[in-house]
Amino acid sequence: MPEFPPIEVERLVKIYKTVAAVDGISFTLAPGSITALLGGNGAGKTTTIATIMGLTTPTSGRVSVLGAEMPRQRYRVLQRMNFESPYVEVPMRLTVRQNLTVFGKLYGVEDLPERIARLGHELDLTDLLDRPTGRLSAGQKTRVSLAKALVNNPDVLLLDEPTASLDPDTADWVRSHLESYCRDRHATVLLASHNMSEVERLCERVIIMKRGRIEDDDTPAKLLARYGRRTLEEVFLDVARGNGGELREAAQ
Amino acid sequence: MSRRHETVLAFSPRRVSAMMLRYWYLLRSSWPRLLDLVYWPTVQMVTWGFLQYYVANNAGFFARAGGTFIGAVLLWDILFRGQIGFSVSFLEEMWSRNIGNIMMSPLRPFELLAALMVMSVVRLSVGAVPVTFLAIAFFGFNLYGLGLALVAFFFNLMLTSWAIGIFVSGLILRNGMGAENLAWSIMFLFMPLTCVYYPVTTLPVWLQPVAWLLPPTYVFEGMRALIIDKVFRPNLMIDALALNVVLFAAGIFAFLKLVESARRHGALMQTGE
Repeated sequence: MPEFPPIEVERLVKIYKTVAAVDGISFTLAPGSITALLGGNGAGKTTTIATIMGLTTPTSGRVSVLGAEMPRQRYRVLQRMNFESPYVEVPMRLTVRQNLTVFGKLYGVEDLPERIARLGHELDLTDLLDRPTGRLSAGQKTRVSLAKALVNNPDVLLLDEPTASLDPDTADWVRSHLESYCRDRHATVLLASHNMSEVERLCERVIIMKRGRIEDDDTPAKLLARYGRRTLEEVFLDVARGNGGELREAAQ
Repeated sequence: MSRRHETVLAFSPRRVSAMMLRYWYLLRSSWPRLLDLVYWPTVQMVTWGFLQYYVANNAGFFARAGGTFIGAVLLWDILFRGQIGFSVSFLEEMWSRNIGNIMMSPLRPFELLAALMVMSVVRLSVGAVPVTFLAIAFFGFNLYGLGLALVAFFFNLMLTSWAIGIFVSGLILRNGMGAENLAWSIMFLFMPLTCVYYPVTTLPVWLQPVAWLLPPTYVFEGMRALIIDKVFRPNLMIDALALNVVLFAAGIFAFLKLVESARRHGALMQTGE
C-alpha cells in the first residue's frame, strides 16, 4: 500500500464573502513530524486547520489527509485523525469516562475500557474518570480534551493551543506526553500555538502565516538564523509587525 | 454507486448507539431535564381536560364527543414533543460546543439523525406515557383505547416531527444559535393549520387546501372520526403517510444541503452558545 503524505495542502484558497482567509498556501507534512502553524489573529490558521479537518470546503486548491481529499473523501480517514481545539469542548455534564466511552465508540476503538484506563494513567486522569467533566479545573479539562484527541490513537493529530490554560508544570508534562506519543506512534502533528517556547521545544518545522499567506516556512534553527534573532517570539513579532523582509536581508 | 456515496451512506449501528448513549448519559444526569419532559404535557392535558369537562356538561354535541380535546392534546403532544425531543438533543451538542467533535468524528449524518430520532422517542416516552395514565385517572380518557389506530396516528405524527426536526437542525448548523428559536416555535405554525382542536371545515375555504397539504391534519381528522363517529378511516392515514414520505425526504435533502452550505461558509467551527 503506498504511503501518502499525512497532510498535503496545495494552493489552498478560502474566501469568505470578499475576504480571503487563506490565500493560496501550499505545504506537505512528513510522516511522524511535528509542525507548528504560527500567525497572529486572523492569519488564517484556524481556517487552514478547519479545512484539513474537513469542516470547511476550500474555495479552490486541494487538501488531502493520508491520501483522502478533504472534505469529499473524509470518511476514509476520519477514523485515523483527531483534534483538540479551544473552540470545541467535550460535553460538561458527562463524566470523563462517559465522554471517552462515547468518543471511543464513535471512533471504533477496540478494548475501550482498557484504552480509557491507559489514557487515564498516561494523562493523570485516573482519579477523575468518574467525575463530571464540567466540575474539573481548566487544566484538567484540557487533559480530558487531549485524552479525547488521543482515544483512537490517531496517525494525524491537529492541535490548536493544546497547553492553553495549563500551569507551566502541567503544560511541560503534556508536551512530554505529546512528544513520546508522536515518537512511539510515528504520528504526524500540526500544532497551532502562540506559546513560542512550546513551538521551539516540540516542533521540527515552523510555518508562519500572515493575512492568509505563508510568510515563512523552515526549521526553528534556520528561522532564528535567517532573522538574526535568539527566540522564535522575536521572529514572530518581526513577521507580525512587517519587519520580516528587511531583517531577513540584513541577517543574510 | 460511487465510492463517495458508499462512504457517506455507510451506516454503523455501533456509532448510532454511541450517540444514543451520549444522550442517555446526559438525560439521566439531570433531574430538571427529566422533569421538563413531563411538566408541560401534564399542564396541557390537565388544562384542556378541565375545559372539555366544562364544555361537555354544557353543550349537547360535545357531550357526545367526549375525549376529542384530551385526545387532540395528547396527539398534539406527540407531534410537538417528538420534534422538541429531536431538536433538544441536537441543541445539546450546540450548547455544549461539542458539534465540532461530532462533525469531525467518523459519525455519518444519517447516523446522527438516526440517534436523534430514537432519542426523540425515548424523551417522548418519558414525558408522555405518564401523562396518558394521568388522563385515565383524572378524566377517564384512555388514549390506548384508540387501539391499532393509535399506532397509525403515532407513526405519522413522529414522521412529521422528525422531518421538521431534521430541517431545523440543518438551519441551526448553517446559521448558528440565532436560529435556535425556530426549534421551539416552528411547530406552533402548524397548530392552527393542522386543525388540532377543530375540523378542517372550520378554516376559510381558501385555507383548507393548505391544511390538507400537512400530514398531521389527516391524523387529527382521523382521531375525531374515531372518537365522535367511531369510524377508523385508513384512507386518511395512507394519505398522511404519503405526504410524510415527501416531507421526510425533503427534510433530509434540506439538512444535507444546509450542512454542505455550512461547510462552505465555515459555520461548523463557529457554532456554540
